Amino acid sequence: MSMNERLEKIRQEALERIAQSGGLDKLEEVRVAYLGKKGELTEVLKGMRDVAPEDRPKVGQLVNEARAIIEKRLDEARSELARAARELKIASETIDVTLPATKTPAGYPHPNTLALDEVERVFVGMGYEVVEGPEVELDYYNFEALNIPANHPAKDEQDTFYINKEIVLRTQTSPVQVRVMEKQKPPIRIIAPGRVYRSDEVDATHSPCFHQIEGLVIDKGITMADLKGTLAQFAKEMFGAETKVKFRPHHFPFTEPSAEMDVTCFKCGGKGCRFCKGEGWIEILGCGMVHPKVLSMSGIDPDEYSGFAFGIGLERIALLKYEIDDMRLLYENDERFLKQF
Amino acid sequence: MNTPLSWIKAYVPDLDCTAQEYMDAMTLSGSKVEGYTQFDKNLDKIVVGQIVSASPHPDADKLIVCSVDIGNEAIQIVTGAKNVGTGDKIPVVLDGGKVAGGHDGGPLPDGGVKIKKGKLRGVESFGMMCGIEELGSSREFYPEAPENGVYIFPEDTPVGADAIELLGLHDADFEYEITSNRVDCYSIIGIAREAAATFGCDFLLKKPECPGNNENVSDHFSVSVEAPDLCSRFTARMVKNVKIGPSPKWMQRRLAACGIRPINNFVDITNYVMKEYGQPMHAYDMSTIAGNKIIVRRANDGDKFVTLDGQTRTLDRDMLMICDGEKEIGIAGIMGGQNSMITDDADTVLFEAACFDGTNVRLSSKRLGMRTDASGLFEKGLDPNTASEAIDRACELVEQLGCGEVVGGMIDVHGQLPVPTTIPFRPDWINRFIGTDISEADMVGYLEKIDIEVDLANAQVTVPTWRQDLKQEADIAEEVARFFGYDNIPTTLPRGEATAGKLSFKLRIEELARRVAQYAGFDQAMTYSFDSPKVYDRLLIGKDDPIRKAVEISNPLGEDFSIMRTLPLNGILTSLALNYNHRNKNVRLFELAHVYLPKAVPVTELPCEKVMFTLGFYGEGDFFTLKGVAETFLSKAGLTKKPSYDAAAEIPFLHPGRKAAISYDGTEIGYIGELHPLVAKNYDIEERTYILVIDMAEVTKRASFDVKYKGVAKYPSVTRDISMLMKKEIQAAQIEQAIEKCGGKILESYELFDIYEGAQIMTGFKSMAYSITFRAKDRTLEDAEVGKVMDKLIRTLSELGIELRS
Repeated sequence: MSMNERLEKIRQEALERIAQSGGLDKLEEVRVAYLGKKGELTEVLKGMRDVAPEDRPKVGQLVNEARAIIEKRLDEARSELARAARELKIASETIDVTLPATKTPAGYPHPNTLALDEVERVFVGMGYEVVEGPEVELDYYNFEALNIPANHPAKDEQDTFYINKEIVLRTQTSPVQVRVMEKQKPPIRIIAPGRVYRSDEVDATHSPCFHQIEGLVIDKGITMADLKGTLAQFAKEMFGAETKVKFRPHHFPFTEPSAEMDVTCFKCGGKGCRFCKGEGWIEILGCGMVHPKVLSMSGIDPDEYSGFAFGIGLERIALLKYEIDDMRLLYENDERFLKQF
Repeated sequence: MNTPLSWIKAYVPDLDCTAQEYMDAMTLSGSKVEGYTQFDKNLDKIVVGQIVSASPHPDADKLIVCSVDIGNEAIQIVTGAKNVGTGDKIPVVLDGGKVAGGHDGGPLPDGGVKIKKGKLRGVESFGMMCGIEELGSSREFYPEAPENGVYIFPEDTPVGADAIELLGLHDADFEYEITSNRVDCYSIIGIAREAAATFGCDFLLKKPECPGNNENVSDHFSVSVEAPDLCSRFTARMVKNVKIGPSPKWMQRRLAACGIRPINNFVDITNYVMKEYGQPMHAYDMSTIAGNKIIVRRANDGDKFVTLDGQTRTLDRDMLMICDGEKEIGIAGIMGGQNSMITDDADTVLFEAACFDGTNVRLSSKRLGMRTDASGLFEKGLDPNTASEAIDRACELVEQLGCGEVVGGMIDVHGQLPVPTTIPFRPDWINRFIGTDISEADMVGYLEKIDIEVDLANAQVTVPTWRQDLKQEADIAEEVARFFGYDNIPTTLPRGEATAGKLSFKLRIEELARRVAQYAGFDQAMTYSFDSPKVYDRLLIGKDDPIRKAVEISNPLGEDFSIMRTLPLNGILTSLALNYNHRNKNVRLFELAHVYLPKAVPVTELPCEKVMFTLGFYGEGDFFTLKGVAETFLSKAGLTKKPSYDAAAEIPFLHPGRKAAISYDGTEIGYIGELHPLVAKNYDIEERTYILVIDMAEVTKRASFDVKYKGVAKYPSVTRDISMLMKKEIQAAQIEQAIEKCGGKILESYELFDIYEGAQIMTGFKSMAYSITFRAKDRTLEDAEVGKVMDKLIRTLSELGIELRS
């Protein structure tokens, strides 16, 4: 048998064994049997000394060719086996994607906070600073400095919780207006969220403790048109771009002119539904131009500056926006309620 | 406040609008209409019919068959009514018509009741005779209507006429929400003036006139006001030869439309004038007034007085009384006395129209626990100038009704009466202020419509005395704005210097706390700021503990709401208890809210309001779950040092063996632990409950969002595990302190990886195993270097009585 024939035989045998191997271990056996230290091809190389010198390059080339093709086939066979194994594994790993989800343990924000975050987002974006003031407040800031003199019906005990003659639980966030104006020069753009207190028994629509968000803008040349524009913008951001607003004259001792703002019902868009009691409009907030007396009492010259203020009931927004039908739910903290927000 | 449209139209005859249009326009000009009742909403095809013949029903004893003339024809109607007979004129609803309700006067169905022709026991009936209840009203307002029967019109009523018109039911009653500054709008006249200005119609108000006879009332009796501070004006007039009887139908109809029950002519007149002018009136029977005089003075403490309603009231010296020569006969501005009330035998009547101090009336009525229509008006602060007009109007009505002889003259006791005031008027300023471009002429037009006189030459306006709310230019700007229409004011955004929108640093730390708590599975709770003092007992707080010193509310809603909380626990524990009671599992709640710490008790200055971050849970997890939340929050807030935990701190509401005060840098910033089993029992929570409270002010003080990159380690670390045996009482913190002390600069981290007590260890001992990692920033550590540290550590530990385990 010529060297050629021998090499051809080795090659064929090897390739045949590769094709039939069917496993990585078998492939390794083939590699060892032909390419290993004592493998058949290696043996051929060892027998080179018996080959005529002039034929050696030729034989060497043939051996290398045979080795190359066997190595290539081995590689191919290995990756084919890996591919098949991978596919088998993947195929066996199919899961039922409709099985129940593993719950993420994250907790939920209170609906009041959810609503407040939205209000803050809108006003911070318009350049308002979020500030705070005390809940246990001097009668002066809660009433007198807001143009609510002694003996005003709004001061009546039935509405206000008193600590003593000079100290009350604030009935509104408006005293923050005064505190800000006293220490800050215009331009002023603030909102002041916080708890307020009224002597109302707990029921589905009342709570002795609730939240308001006060807003105040003071600068030169601030007009009622600016008030309307700002709050219309707020309503659109808060309740959707389609929201329309309506301003009705109203009365607050610390603003003049004063208004209440209605927005088109966000459920029916203003056509009238059960949610808005058929009116198409929902009352959202009170507002007005800061009363000149309030400005001057706070040390701001009403001839130089003007401004507007507004007060938003946070619970009212939360109840309306999330369609919560009983205010008590907000303070009971039943998990089944909280986990809906 | 409510007004029927018909009465408004009496002053604004050109007013031509639907009820809905009226409601919308009035609301937009400042008189908010809350809603209205259209009386004829469900009344249709109802005419005056006359019964021409009546015969018994052939098959039913209780029914009669009538032939009813309805003007152009006669129709057959079968009725069960017992009060009708031939010749009677009655309201008849025709086939296809509608009535408001049933004859029983029950609740009115929304869509009314349709009437169709039909057969009653075989006899055809082409309509129905109506009782007042079927027309949606009642005998209260139509006292002439029979009980359980068909309404019968007077004999001179034209047959075929609109029965609803005759009963005054083509009308609507509007309910307003009048703001407290607009006292003048608590009257028909006030609302009518607003309506005329809103719709641009003429307002026809005639000053009442009634000179009376040629006698002078001052010859008959006198009035003295001994408390002029509480009574700015007292007017009185007298009516002789009084004929008490029902008032005329037109007056009854107007009162009925307002929901006021007609009683008799004199009572009706006082009610009518009160409604019309917003001025409460009172009528006394002259024969009951001793000494022919009236004295207005303060009551004596403890005096008893029987009011018109038969109730005995206890008076005090801050209440103002109307008295005669001997006795008290009325509580000023609130209610008259039984001893002077008008009876059917009255011969001479004394009318009173006065002006009492609003605050005094409000406070007195509150102390007496009685609020009347009159007190409701007085407490808003009336214009004393209205009193004389109102009393003249009452006398005018007496003459018009022919129910008495008005005596000439008026007793009028008053001090300085309000006079019209002037306010600067600068149209350009108003335009600048509200952001409009309204012409001067338009402004003048708006103002004159509401009786504000404009003097352009002197740039000022004169305000009538009934508008006590108008004091300065901004008030005039509002008048202009509301009649120009708020809706017509343009919308712009403030110009001028930009301002930075931001949250305060304190609020940012609170936001972080919320995020961390929610990330750890805690839902945000909100609870009341109030507590009951009993909460301290429930939390096992000592009787003398200073935390019991709280801000007390002087007029609380009840004991449960009587103090401002000094501890944040009751809210969260009550909420956990509610969840537990509802069988909710694994409940985790947190709250960010204030506690209120008084600086002195009783409170003399504002208390310290501190935000507390309070977390509580029951169910899955333990002490260390909360400890993890605490440390995550602190490190995220930039408090990156290790907090220390003092298990010896006294925290009465926590489990004595499972609690700690948390300190940072030597300052106590909060506490953590398992709820004391007794406290859990007090809240009816039958699971282990854990709480964590962090004082946010202490965190905010030290917090920072500044972060600096420290680089990633380049050289390999060396890790040594160490297993130790020690007495149970030894705390991990002691070992960790030793590790930190001995580890020095090359200590990178350490971790407890095993803790064991049990069979293989002697009683009272435990084993703990730490894995300690060392690394140098600038080189590869040598074994010897680490060995030196470990030797030192082992020596230190053995000084603590901690032995190595092999």
